[in-house]
Amino acid sequence: MKGMTIIVKTISSWVKMLIFLFGIYIILFGHLTPGGGFAGGVILASSYVLLMLAFGREFAEENLSLPAASKFDCIGAFLFALIAILGFVYGGAFFVNFLYQQYLPGEPLHLISAGTMPLSNIAIGLKVGASLFLIILSLSICCKDFKFAGPVSGKE
Amino acid sequence: MLYALCFLLFMIGLYCAVVKKNMVKIVIGIMIMEYAVNLFLIMLGFCSGGAAPIIGKDDLDGPGGQLTDLFISSSVDPLPQALVLTAIVISLGSLALMISICIRIYGKYGTFDITQIRRLKG
Amino acid sequence: MAVFYILLVFIIIAAVIAVETKDLLGAVICVGAVGFGSSLMFLFLRAPDIAITQIVVEVLGLIILIRATITRDRTFISGDREFFAVVVSVVIIFVIFLAGIRVFESLPDFGTAVFAEAPEAASRTYISEGLARSGAANLVASVILDFRAYDTLGEATVLFTAIIGATVILRKKARKLLEAPDK
Repeated sequence: MKGMTIIVKTISSWVKMLIFLFGIYIILFGHLTPGGGFAGGVILASSYVLLMLAFGREFAEENLSLPAASKFDCIGAFLFALIAILGFVYGGAFFVNFLYQQYLPGEPLHLISAGTMPLSNIAIGLKVGASLFLIILSLSICCKDFKFAGPVSGKE
Repeated sequence: MLYALCFLLFMIGLYCAVVKKNMVKIVIGIMIMEYAVNLFLIMLGFCSGGAAPIIGKDDLDGPGGQLTDLFISSSVDPLPQALVLTAIVISLGSLALMISICIRIYGKYGTFDITQIRRLKG
Repeated sequence: MAVFYILLVFIIIAAVIAVETKDLLGAVICVGAVGFGSSLMFLFLRAPDIAITQIVVEVLGLIILIRATITRDRTFISGDREFFAVVVSVVIIFVIFLAGIRVFESLPDFGTAVFAEAPEAASRTYISEGLARSGAANLVASVILDFRAYDTLGEATVLFTAIIGATVILRKKARKLLEAPDK
């Protein structure tokens, strides 16, 4: 897929970092303000999709290739399961918020509060962002040289 | 009356998914049904004159940080919002799967028309 | 309350246009309008978390849909299925709609929370003890990550499986592997 004109390329090279930073903010402050892991992860994915639409698919693949995106996806899912299992080890039941109840209560309405919730948000944000970028990259790789099979009766 | 309009939206999506021949139109009908269900669930939890379920500094009073009674009695329901948050992200995943199936069927048969791909050939 | 009616009428008009137009690109844009109006509805219904998620998911969903439809012919299929099937399905949908209207008259009015009125409602516990038991100021985040974290694990699994399925369907290597062992 080709890129776009030079105006779009210049502006999007400045804007994509702002979008990425905004996505990180929405993930990290997910336990205090509206947002959370899912919305922040989708915003992270959309900053890479902006890169792909403005510069072409090859440029985005050099930045974050297909195997690297699927590895980030698996790392995010594994981190989320690891936090749940640590709750079982330290707290007594699966998914217990062990950091809030025993080790690090923190103060309410501050950044360090609510135990394992920011860690879960980070894991989910990483997973969702990598998944959605992976699917859009696969869609554009698959359809670049596309010829269809001919009519159904199979005369060709 | 608002619930009836939301249900009308669901029926429009159902009509599109059942009656149309084009595969992408069927996918659009399923998406409209998903939007209608999410909207209906959030409307069930709405409390008129209510506040969003996010605690700010002026919702806490006292040295122990207790919630004010005003917040407890007038906050909207956070439970349907938690359910719908999950459902919105899952609908994106299922949209990706449906569109990839449509693209493969177009590659093999050359058309999006479902009445012409009924016979299994090749 | 008038703003809810205006937004819902806008959403229904956009949905009708999306269903009936013959141009696929126009239908996809109208679905985008439905999603955008629905995100505004969520904002007025006091659900800012859901509004943020809906609008960013809507944008990515539009990109996926347009990617699938823009390079193919757009206006070549028109019309519905056979006439008898259309009439039967419209009659059945109308009957379901009338039954649904009768059900909605027995619900409480719009504006009173339906789930929280039950005597053993879980929502009362989440609102009054959410901050003390989980420490988060965002009550929706405390519900999905502390009180009901199993649902989030299930959702992560479903998203993972759907994306793996879509990636496997869209692979290009399978064709070469099918041809290679014959040589």
